[in-house]
Amino acid sequence: MNTPDFSSMNNTNILMRAGRWRWWELLLWAVALSLPWVMNTHALIINEIAIVALFALSLDIILGYTGIVSLGHAAFFGMGAYTAALFSKHINPDPLFGLAVAMVVSTVLGAICSVTVQRGTDLTRLMVTMGVGLILMELANKLDWLTGGADGLQGVMMGPLLGRFEFDLYGSTAATYSIVVLFIMFVLARRFVNSPFGSTLKAIHDNRLRAMAIGIPVASRIAVAYTVAAGAAGMAGALLAQTTGFASLDVFEFHRSADLVLLLVIGGVGWLYGGVIGAIVFKVLQDAISSITPQYWTFWIGLFLVVLMLVGRERVVRPWTWFGTSSSKKKEGAA
Amino acid sequence: MLTILFDGIAYGMLLFILAVGLAVTMGLMNFVNLAHGAFAMVGGYVTVLLMQRLDVPFLLCLPIAFVTSALLGAVLERTLYRPLYNRPHLDQVMFSIGLTFMAVAAVDYFVGSTQQIMQLPEWLKGRTEIGEGAWMLGMGHYRLFIIAVCAALTIALQHILTKTRFGSRLRASVDDQRVAAGLGINVNVVFLATFAVGSGLAGLGGALGADVLGMDPTFPLKFMIYFLIVVAVGGTSSITGPLLAALLLGIADVAGKYYIPKLGAFIVYSLMIIILVWRPQGLFVRKGGKA
Repeated sequence: MNTPDFSSMNNTNILMRAGRWRWWELLLWAVALSLPWVMNTHALIINEIAIVALFALSLDIILGYTGIVSLGHAAFFGMGAYTAALFSKHINPDPLFGLAVAMVVSTVLGAICSVTVQRGTDLTRLMVTMGVGLILMELANKLDWLTGGADGLQGVMMGPLLGRFEFDLYGSTAATYSIVVLFIMFVLARRFVNSPFGSTLKAIHDNRLRAMAIGIPVASRIAVAYTVAAGAAGMAGALLAQTTGFASLDVFEFHRSADLVLLLVIGGVGWLYGGVIGAIVFKVLQDAISSITPQYWTFWIGLFLVVLMLVGRERVVRPWTWFGTSSSKKKEGAA
Repeated sequence: MLTILFDGIAYGMLLFILAVGLAVTMGLMNFVNLAHGAFAMVGGYVTVLLMQRLDVPFLLCLPIAFVTSALLGAVLERTLYRPLYNRPHLDQVMFSIGLTFMAVAAVDYFVGSTQQIMQLPEWLKGRTEIGEGAWMLGMGHYRLFIIAVCAALTIALQHILTKTRFGSRLRASVDDQRVAAGLGINVNVVFLATFAVGSGLAGLGGALGADVLGMDPTFPLKFMIYFLIVVAVGGTSSITGPLLAALLLGIADVAGKYYIPKLGAFIVYSLMIIILVWRPQGLFVRKGGKA
């Protein structure tokens, strides 16, 4: 994993430095915000990337920082998507209002589900998180009077953003909306993981027993992290439903959770930009490969995964280490 | 009602054969292998294709399916799986999902995405009915055949694990690899053989289940969750645990789909979550074994 080595960081200055903004970050975000208008023909995919990046950001909080494996993060994504879609269809078409409601609902769901990730091994957690996702998918499928069943929930009309900016066909408004939400959530997540609270999460990630021994309330910390992540994932889902005007069973699908873990692993876990980079790489790859072989693109994704895992992520993203000796790897193997 | 129970048991037995190899890799070798369903699919497709294209008799297909998947398992274990044994679970999960994606796309490419129809031999097509009214027991001959094969396999497996030399070597390797190696057990060979047999059993399960479960390229993804439930609920330290879990799951699934079709798989998933929250290590855990 990619967490920094805290043994050498025993003074607060270093901890605080990790949370400081650098000039190039601000520049990057400024560029990101201008993209939907500069590359106006690609606004749709930019929108999608922003949504997936937010989704990955939320998974990173529990996977990268707390060390809870989850294969069912799509549960919260889907919950947010359906909530936002239903809310705008039946109650109020204002996007920001819908976003807030979706966040609240998925946060509550996350709080309930956080009980299930407390006990057991990685395997148990994989199973339980996956199970929650599948249950919600079954529910969305069977409650067809509410959700439209397998056909999905159609005809979601969104009101203009802030009462002024209409969602247009090209998606520039939508993309800007998603990027702004992503940016706000990114800032908050950054505050969250660099706070003393976040440090305790990292302690739990590194060694749960030790964290318990120095007096960190492990169970409640995990619960809070899981709940916060669920809320953020719900917002990502809400953005998808709002910007596409559509919610279908697809948002709960298993492959969505699996792809998400994949792109987080590509970008690097335990590093908030990892999700963003992973989202960009993954979506661009997906777009490129599926335009060449629309039917078999999963094969290439699978191959990519297998190679990535066999060679090791560190070595794939750092090509200059390909021909050196990998002493750390050998040590790992011998242990 | 008895018919449902009977079908549930047949389904559960089938699930057990499909999942027992996974119980071994996951529980004993501590490797989360989500690609297990892909081995089952290989067995299923081998059977279906042999029967459709070459008219190989059904009974001959079963051992061929077993051997093919076992060989494939052995090759993959040696080349791809072994380097990943000591890696974190997340890496193993991603790796095996990748393998599954590749298998799904490859089968789709070579055979096509339509569901394969299997022609069972005549003597397996019939159905025997005993009793009357609510207590009538209708037994499809094919299901009876599945139960018989699976029961025989279960007894054989139990015997191998508990009574033979290989079984004790395997148990020793699993409990402590280093000590086992120190005692002169070739842990690598033991694991290789175990993985191959596990994959072979998956292939056999796929071959037996091709008719009941349906064979199409999404098979590994569709049934992955079922295998995982069997293993997670049953606990991974013995084979009686997964067997009971598979029977429970099979009966619950068949009964649920029959009595409350509206809820579908909902019952199974909820049952699993409740059990796992209640007993995170599974229902049946051997005392003193490594978790």
